[in-house]
Amino acid sequence: MGELAGDKHVKYILSVEKKKDSFESVVMEHLRLNGAYWGLTTLDLLGKLDTVDSDEVVSWILQCQHESGGFGGNIGHDPHLLYTLSAVQVLALFDKLDVLDINKVTDYIRALQNEDGSFSGDIWGEVDTRFSYCAICCLAILKRLDSINVEKAVRYIVSCKTLDGGFGCTPGAESHAGQIFCCVGALAITGSLHHIDKDLLGWWLCERQVKSGGLNGRPEKLADVCYSWWVLSSLIMIDRVHWIDKEKLIKFILDCQDTENGGISDRPDDAVDIFHTYFGVAGLSLLEYPGLKATDPAYALPVDVVNRIFFGRCST
Amino acid sequence: MHGRPRTAPKPEDAAASAAKAQKLRALQSQFLSYHHSRIYTEEALDASAKLLEINPEYYTAWNYRKLAVEHRVGESGSSPEYVKSIFDEELKVVENALRQNFKSYGAWYHRTWVLSKGHSSLDHELRLLDRFQKADPRNFHAWNYRRFVAALLGRSVEDELQYTEDLIGNNFSNYSAWHNRSMLLSEILKKKEQESSSQDVISKEYEFVLNALYTDPDDQSGWFYHLWLLDQTFKVKAPLLVSSWPVPGFDLVVSGNVSFADHPLSSFSEFTVALERFPVVLYFNQNVEGVNSSTVTIQSTFVQNEDVTWKPLSLQNSPASKVWVGYLDLSGVDHHSSAPYTVEIKLGHHQGIMSSNGLQLSIPFDLSFTVSVKPLETQSSKDEKVAWEEDKFCACETHLQVAIPCLCYDGITVDNKYEPTTSDWQIGTIAEEISQIRNLLAISDSKIGKITLARLLMAHDAMSSPYATKTVHAEEVLGLYSELMKLDPSHYQYYKDERSLVLLQQLLSSRETLLRYCFCYRGITSPSAYGPICLRLNNQSISRMGSFDKLLWVQLLDLSDNELHSIEGMEALQLLRCLNLGRNKLRSFTSLDPLRYLRSLKVLNISHNEIGLHSIDTTRYSCSASPLSHNGEIIWSDDVFPPEDADVTNYWEAFMVFKSLELTQLDIVGNAVTNEKFKSFLLKILPKLQFLDGQNLHQI
Repeated sequence: MGELAGDKHVKYILSVEKKKDSFESVVMEHLRLNGAYWGLTTLDLLGKLDTVDSDEVVSWILQCQHESGGFGGNIGHDPHLLYTLSAVQVLALFDKLDVLDINKVTDYIRALQNEDGSFSGDIWGEVDTRFSYCAICCLAILKRLDSINVEKAVRYIVSCKTLDGGFGCTPGAESHAGQIFCCVGALAITGSLHHIDKDLLGWWLCERQVKSGGLNGRPEKLADVCYSWWVLSSLIMIDRVHWIDKEKLIKFILDCQDTENGGISDRPDDAVDIFHTYFGVAGLSLLEYPGLKATDPAYALPVDVVNRIFFGRCST
Repeated sequence: MHGRPRTAPKPEDAAASAAKAQKLRALQSQFLSYHHSRIYTEEALDASAKLLEINPEYYTAWNYRKLAVEHRVGESGSSPEYVKSIFDEELKVVENALRQNFKSYGAWYHRTWVLSKGHSSLDHELRLLDRFQKADPRNFHAWNYRRFVAALLGRSVEDELQYTEDLIGNNFSNYSAWHNRSMLLSEILKKKEQESSSQDVISKEYEFVLNALYTDPDDQSGWFYHLWLLDQTFKVKAPLLVSSWPVPGFDLVVSGNVSFADHPLSSFSEFTVALERFPVVLYFNQNVEGVNSSTVTIQSTFVQNEDVTWKPLSLQNSPASKVWVGYLDLSGVDHHSSAPYTVEIKLGHHQGIMSSNGLQLSIPFDLSFTVSVKPLETQSSKDEKVAWEEDKFCACETHLQVAIPCLCYDGITVDNKYEPTTSDWQIGTIAEEISQIRNLLAISDSKIGKITLARLLMAHDAMSSPYATKTVHAEEVLGLYSELMKLDPSHYQYYKDERSLVLLQQLLSSRETLLRYCFCYRGITSPSAYGPICLRLNNQSISRMGSFDKLLWVQLLDLSDNELHSIEGMEALQLLRCLNLGRNKLRSFTSLDPLRYLRSLKVLNISHNEIGLHSIDTTRYSCSASPLSHNGEIIWSDDVFPPEDADVTNYWEAFMVFKSLELTQLDIVGNAVTNEKFKSFLLKILPKLQFLDGQNLHQI
């Protein structure tokens, strides 16, 4: 089995920022804030966040904020919960939450809660449990969970439960590991994990591990490195992660590295990208791979960052 | 970049990509300037359409088009044709975008938004969906959209059910179709309230899914559906009381006046509970709400009904729980009277105890027992510690076995108005499925087939004996799990956990097998000739603990030398005083959360576990008092935890578990977390501790 090519991945992440003229980066321009979160969190897990000029990042993030309090995916793009969460997470990484007008961000998020407890992603009204997670995670980090109706928010998430114990984007929708992470994460943060049938969901999730050792996101689909995050973090939050073979999964993730130029891909020998690089490294961190910082499965941030927020300490 | 091969770019490709990038960049900045200046001209709309055709994920452009629609409709006067044409234009843009990327959230939502405005014809939608669902039958966006359109069109559930049948017919591996089928069928079952017709529906489904299972027994899709169908068949719907402490008819002996300074075992004599207040535990077959002094009535001379507060034993402070406890206060009892007091507890005579889906307790229960008070005869020395060595235990004498109040549940409650809640149809269906799956396994080594058979057999046992006192198929199920551990080593630990639960159920199913694990503890000076009874399940290779409903009476429990990584459910053991969890696989203090509910716990051994060894805590979010889960009892404020006390924040997990316990003896050696600093922290938060890792703290 190969080893984690940490230095190569650092180089790769830093290089992505410079390749602004490639077609890929232009196509992804609208979600640059997500990209910043993936890249910077990976750097932090690898212990290399200090290679980045935090002032530059923070000032760019603030330029993505709108009058409403929400953040767009890049300067000039419309605000949305998806990018508001990334903005808050990156500021948390740099311990710069104090630059925020917290009331303003809170007001933006609170206004997106609907009567049934669900959340719209933005003013146009698309509803999805992903947005419930974004809202709850953001407000918890800002210590403003009390500004929304948590009970209703939880009730809505529970209404999205499916036949297999998992969760879909809306009531009636099929289970999907990414969606399950969002729902389990939101329930974890609100202390509501008792709504989950841990054995039923845990079994469905552990059955996502296929012969190659990788995890898929739904039955009879291909394995993909990003599910190392979605499935693993969910299994950890419900304390069922011992039901999969961790060694085989570590090998699968390591096999997806580009050991020459850095970066991690969805499957071995595919093209790498920043999204899968983050999920690969974060997955390895959840698997207690040596040399990586520990990741918090619910907030999707390094444990020391989460502890700093909630206990005002760095780590034990 | 899902599914794109990793190749070094050729120079000519790089040039082409750069040219494409430049074009797209120009288009994107052109678009943004239109958007920011609120320009909705033909030309501007064209630019956004072109942009979305190349990059459907460019969400701001979808927002812009919605703004443009509102703007144009507002200006159009009232011509319905013109309004319709504006919306039709949007449908075209969406279709083009979906052709580029049919997983685009923004494109699908834009279509939903357009249709919900009600100006567009729906005729085209099902055809469009057919095309997309044929190209990618697992596309969940398309399925969600389909449910939306079907509702708008008022399509019948039966028609949609037929559609899933067609798709499954084409490819039975279509989990998305099976999923949708489960949603539709739930609706049908809800409508067919009368049992017999819903039974017909379910029986037909079994035939349908078995066909798929036979076609490829290794495909997961049908199996998950089959499992769901089983759940619809044998789900015990109404709540039922499955066990209690004390058990009906029990003669409880209580000795009063126990103060904390006493030795944890000093008051044991035969089966005595030494508390000024003793617990009544009610154990149901599922989570229930509404256990309180109006749904449970207590008749006795020494306690008033209203004085008993019932609490759910639920981690995470949920109002519903399988296990409820109420403490009876003995302070009003005459300690010199030897006559037993009768306590009668009645529940289920009034509505109110109900499951999460609103079903009431199915059968009323009356349980009565007697309580007599006996003064303490002798007291052991404070300096005696509880030792778990082999030579401290001896087999139970026959006369003591009478004192083990287990398993008498089945018989006694039948005297109440107990009627079996399972129907012949249910048992027949399960039996039929058992034989079908056996046939299938004769021709295939299907892993999920074996799991299903194991579950069916356990369900069959549970149905024929709701108190799980008969485990006819346990041996066969244990064998199936052992096979699975070899057949599918990646999920070894899952099978091992399931196997442990079955094993425990078997061990505790009859008085005879249980007695093999009951021992007298001789390690202390005891007022009676015999020491207290200890249940010793040590060294059984158990990886998961279960069957707590059978263990409510246990006061000494030895679970050492097993492979436990969790003690989920142990909060039910309200009488527990001495617990040995040494040499297991517990990973963190948060995994000990259930101990916080055990008021009587005095002696704890968690030595030689893995506490402090792991960077990832798998119970960080399931423990009830975690300040991270925003629902804890601990308010993480400066008043409770002075910020200057770094120990408390560093060791918050240990603090959380131990601060509510009054341990007198703790063994914690052999965990990565223990060092001198941690030990001195423990002494601070456990003031009543007398022995730490075998050392008498009062003799230092």
